[in-house]
Amino acid sequence: MPDMKDKYLQLDEVIAKNKGSRGAVMRTLQEAQQIFDHVPKDVQIKIAEGLNVPLSEVYGVATFYSMFSLEPRGKYVIGVCLGTACYVKGSKNVLERIESELGVKAGHSTKDGVFTIKDTRCLGACGLAPVMMINDDVYGRLIPDDIPAILEKYRAM
Amino acid sequence: MELFRSTILICGGTGCTSSGSAKLYERFEQLLKEKGLDKEVKLVRTGCFGLCEAGPVTIVYPEGAFYSRVRVEDVDEIVSEHLVKGRIVQRLLYHGSVDENNQVKALDDVDFYKKQKRVALRNCGVIDPENIDEYIAFDGYKALYKVLTEMTPDDVIDVMKRSGLRGRGGAGFPTGVKWSFAAAQPRGPEYKKYVCCNADEGDPGAFMDRSVLEGDPHAVLEAMAIAGYAIGSDQGYIYCRAEYPIAVKRLEIAIAQAREYGLLGEDIFGTGFNFDIEVRLGAGAFVCGEETALMNSIEGMRGEPRPRPPFPAVKGLFGKPTILNNVETYANVCQIILNGPEWFAAMGTERSKGTKVFALGGKINNTGLVEVPMGTSLREIIYEIGGGIPHGKAFKAVQTGGPSGGCLPASMLDTPIDYDNLIAAGSMMGSGGMIVMDEDNCMVDIARFFLDFTVDESCGKCTPCRVGTRRMLEILNNICEGKGQDGDIERLENLAKNIKATALCGLGQTAPNPVLSTIKQFRNEYEAHIYEKRCPAGVCKKLLSYVIDPNKCKGCTMCARVCPAGAIVGKVKEAHAIDTSKCLKCGACMEKCKFGAISKK
Repeated sequence: MPDMKDKYLQLDEVIAKNKGSRGAVMRTLQEAQQIFDHVPKDVQIKIAEGLNVPLSEVYGVATFYSMFSLEPRGKYVIGVCLGTACYVKGSKNVLERIESELGVKAGHSTKDGVFTIKDTRCLGACGLAPVMMINDDVYGRLIPDDIPAILEKYRAM
Repeated sequence: MELFRSTILICGGTGCTSSGSAKLYERFEQLLKEKGLDKEVKLVRTGCFGLCEAGPVTIVYPEGAFYSRVRVEDVDEIVSEHLVKGRIVQRLLYHGSVDENNQVKALDDVDFYKKQKRVALRNCGVIDPENIDEYIAFDGYKALYKVLTEMTPDDVIDVMKRSGLRGRGGAGFPTGVKWSFAAAQPRGPEYKKYVCCNADEGDPGAFMDRSVLEGDPHAVLEAMAIAGYAIGSDQGYIYCRAEYPIAVKRLEIAIAQAREYGLLGEDIFGTGFNFDIEVRLGAGAFVCGEETALMNSIEGMRGEPRPRPPFPAVKGLFGKPTILNNVETYANVCQIILNGPEWFAAMGTERSKGTKVFALGGKINNTGLVEVPMGTSLREIIYEIGGGIPHGKAFKAVQTGGPSGGCLPASMLDTPIDYDNLIAAGSMMGSGGMIVMDEDNCMVDIARFFLDFTVDESCGKCTPCRVGTRRMLEILNNICEGKGQDGDIERLENLAKNIKATALCGLGQTAPNPVLSTIKQFRNEYEAHIYEKRCPAGVCKKLLSYVIDPNKCKGCTMCARVCPAGAIVGKVKEAHAIDTSKCLKCGACMEKCKFGAISKK
């Protein structure tokens, strides 16, 4: 892929900028995830070599925090809030409906690479519970029957 | 200065932004321009008003008309009726904000606000958080000026101690005492110290810190600078969740503006005091709310806790003396400096002074942020401010303290809330999440939910938390699936006791609390699951059975047609029945039945 080369050039810049600064590993991983959308093994190796830290440290940080994804994510990431306020208002039923509509479980992507389902921590929109996010769009006061139409909208896009 | 005849305040907090307030802002802006009103009517994007349930919220002054759940289509009417003709759009007014004569009430008279006392949230929903001048107009940076020009560091610590302010992040440690430990470490240009702010609000259902950062970011910056002066530090770090993009953006704007005005940086107010602040983003790990884990995370490492001692006040961030306070704690500091410690200590109870912000959520009519004096009862918060339980359902429990806290039953509704009473009741203050549950919530399932959370978020460093919580979760899963056995309750209690006594950090030590408190208060529900294989609230799917009432069934066959398992049998126009051995308990039949003949037991 031609744009992969660009991405690695951007990564080189990020590494050069963060090298030597305190807390560089995490910041570099965060910026790398923005560039690549996930942090695959090759990217981690590059960061480890670039920052001159052991690969185990980079991998350790990447797997510790839930925001880092080692696998590619779908075009649309569906985050269903499983914070307490949403949970007591039935967000589990919403999540189950999404899983059955898409045929994959939370934490996985559909085979066509369109959707990834995630169960997320509190999104802080408890007034709208139960809530889910699809990329940056927020859907609130959901019931399971709302799900098919919402998913259809994204499939059509 | 420009003068405006009307001001429109639009909530720009996360709750209202999620329900579309950004589009309202754009539409107002466009319409005001079209009608040539943009020089007469001022449009302000504020922080959170607190009443998220009614969002997106828009308030139009001078009338104080409180419009709720405003849609983009409604904006035209507000502009043409209210702003052009001066007629308030009655149909959009929040129902609690008009009196019996249809007159608009002052905000302080609205039930939701009447009992509140806003100290930490004083500027939220009042000022434009992206404009430092508005903060300054509301006494902003006056406390820092007072501290730098009139007080010694010891004076500041003395004031904080006398105010009785305790940490709002959960544990309730006295703030002034914490500062004095770090201040006692050697001071001087060659001795580095750090002031940190915990904005990694991880408790599910708590969003007060986010609202303060979004609505009044300068109050936190100013308080951190005051703390820096008190302990002898010139560098602050704010560790903020990356899940809070609006808060991060406003913090960065606020820091840039404060630097531009010389209120952060070198030689502040010409006093020779230097202080600057950096924002560091979290990456989604609940344990990073623990102080030593947070410091590891700022250092760019895995956010695992360190054993204490040494305490951070002696050896914290980058191995230097460090204080860490939570956002809400800082939000009280400037008010204490300006109004005096006696003013603050006059609010609250004997051992818990001041006010506390609670995030009311779950089965409650007025979801939102509530700030009340310590010692207010749960009943006042839930029924008078929160407006009670929706759909006439019965109150069952309120959960406080998030994954570290517990559930309080109806018999404790009159308990005055403060740190010590909540601990005595088997829960804790935590960061102030308050989730209300009604008769439809299963308490065993709630305990299982919290354990699921802790197992997922356990960092894995110490065995009691990593393995112990998983064992507890397995037992709870079994109970919820109908595989509970005699002795499970005792096994849970035993594990809980050991985990509490031996886990390394606060996350592990408090993880069993939701289980212990639900066993204590709702033991009968556990017993029903274990011995009768029955979920009284009808939540645990494996324990449910769906039945058709033959007297109500008309034999329309609708249920049999939607049943994915073919578990429903019966002839047309005759009563149907469910074969429980085939039933998947999906509930599709019950949703489709027009005659209310199907129920779950």
